[in-house]
Amino acid sequence: MDAKAEPLPVAAAPPRFRLNARWTTLLVLAAVIATIPWFFPSGFYFRVAALVWVTALAAVGLQILMGQAGQVSLGHAGFVGIGAYATALGPRYLGLDVLLCLPLGAAVAAAVAFLVGRPILRLKGHYLAVATLGFGMLVAMVLGNEVWLTGGPDGINVQRPEILGWRIRGGETWYWITGAILLVGVWIALNLQDSPSGRALAALHDSEVAARTVGIDVARHKLRAFVISAVYAAVAGGLLALLNGRASPDFAGFLASVEYVTMVVIGGLASVPGAVAGAALLVLLPQVLTVFHDYEHAVLGLLIMLFMIFLRAGIVPGLAALLRRRS
Amino acid sequence: MNATRPIAEATEGREGVNRPREDVRGAVLLTAADIGISFGGLRALDGVGFSARAGEILAIIGPNGAGKTTLFNIVTGLYRASSGRIALDGQDVTEAPPHALAARGLSRTFQNLQVFFRMTALENVMAGRHLQERSSLLGDLFRLPASRRANAATRDAAMALLAEVGLADKADLPAGSLPYGALKRLEIARALATQPRVLMLDEPAAGCNPVETEEIDHLIVQVAARGVAVVLIEHDMKLVMRISRHVVVLNQGRMLAEGTPEEVRTNPEVIAAYLGTHGAREASLA
Repeated sequence: MDAKAEPLPVAAAPPRFRLNARWTTLLVLAAVIATIPWFFPSGFYFRVAALVWVTALAAVGLQILMGQAGQVSLGHAGFVGIGAYATALGPRYLGLDVLLCLPLGAAVAAAVAFLVGRPILRLKGHYLAVATLGFGMLVAMVLGNEVWLTGGPDGINVQRPEILGWRIRGGETWYWITGAILLVGVWIALNLQDSPSGRALAALHDSEVAARTVGIDVARHKLRAFVISAVYAAVAGGLLALLNGRASPDFAGFLASVEYVTMVVIGGLASVPGAVAGAALLVLLPQVLTVFHDYEHAVLGLLIMLFMIFLRAGIVPGLAALLRRRS
Repeated sequence: MNATRPIAEATEGREGVNRPREDVRGAVLLTAADIGISFGGLRALDGVGFSARAGEILAIIGPNGAGKTTLFNIVTGLYRASSGRIALDGQDVTEAPPHALAARGLSRTFQNLQVFFRMTALENVMAGRHLQERSSLLGDLFRLPASRRANAATRDAAMALLAEVGLADKADLPAGSLPYGALKRLEIARALATQPRVLMLDEPAAGCNPVETEEIDHLIVQVAARGVAVVLIEHDMKLVMRISRHVVVLNQGRMLAEGTPEEVRTNPEVIAAYLGTHGAREASLA
């Protein structure tokens, strides 16, 4: 799936090989999106799957920052929150159409990421983690406490969107909309990975010193990755709010941030489809694990540990390696 | 920028068509003057300088801890000197960050490898083409034709460079899986990908076997012959004496000697620094 994790046939023509890996990933994802509704026992599953696609979109964005550029963010849900509240507040205070608020939220998140990213992306490793953590907490706090603006800890209602008088509603409609958007998001992330800009990110991920000496403006490229991933998060946040008809400070909470990081790591840091797999796992497992009642979270934690121990490279690269060994 | 131009300029107007080539010196591309730096009170470098000329190989030698790599790190913008000036192509670049220096034609390799280990050998060299790539971020995200073209051009150029350093058959292997000698050459290929006018090599032959050393030796001579100013840190004295035009000797952060390989080899102070005063006495008696 991921180009880096593929077996490396001797003297294979690289461009063709690369192209295939990209299109294979996209085709598999498109096929999954197109076919799984056949297996849904009830309409409820459309909503769950739409939630997976939206969450995966945020995770794919974070994969660009963490997996491609190697910069951690423990506050990424902050941008999800910004996107979500843009759809709630835009129509209310600016009189905008709720669908227009998706790009608006993305623009606000990009601007915030640009301003916040400049100072904090100078930090590395744990220091960057703590700084981004602080950012996420700040956003969640503002969303929870500024009751006059945001409605406070209980959240705020979001209008039902309309296109030319047609109201977008129902799990199935959202399933197809979010699936299509995820597909575009994955396409863009894969494009980036195999492009001059993506190579600059991979380079600074491996060695900042070497990246600088080949002419890569490390600060600038880190900031780009941060802004791009913030845009993904904000679009995901806006869709999440539209899907639920509601935005709440939990969207931006620390737990949500940690979940996004877990999705990217468990799916495979180096892998774009891995982020989708990780998101699917972390959204679906709690639904499945409800059979464990009180021990649901304990079992979830245990499973995450087991995944990390046995598939350390992540689900997608790890399974790809296993398949290769078998064949 | 045509790297060979300075030579042409320097030789223009001389009647030296039948002069020996040795006397034709390339234009000065890089000058470091009076460089000094301290680390926590320790004067690591003091009053050190050199000039690198187009088409020439300058070697910087000295015992361990002499400050050679520190000097490289200052000149390439990784450290900030506490005194001294650096000029690249006649322009002051003392404060310039590494990526800006790379854009002006200064590239380097590292003593302790700084390879992009997660990338393939080919991708490593492709990353070196960063400055030659004319593609926008939006073009890259949406895979617009300009980006695709830039990518393809980069791939071809990188492939040619890999072939030049003898790694064409390793193109698709992860860099992390290559042996040490291959990684040394990979770093040189990556540095060459930036199309440098000044190439700084920090112990390019360290840890390489004699065959590999000879290959690297050939490569360096070839690069210099194209008009690139090569600055070399090397412990392999045979290599230094064979290929360099000019040698700068550092000892304990200071200039010890400077001159042609022959001058340096016979300089008693250099011998003393390398062999100790006792060894120098022995050598002079011998």
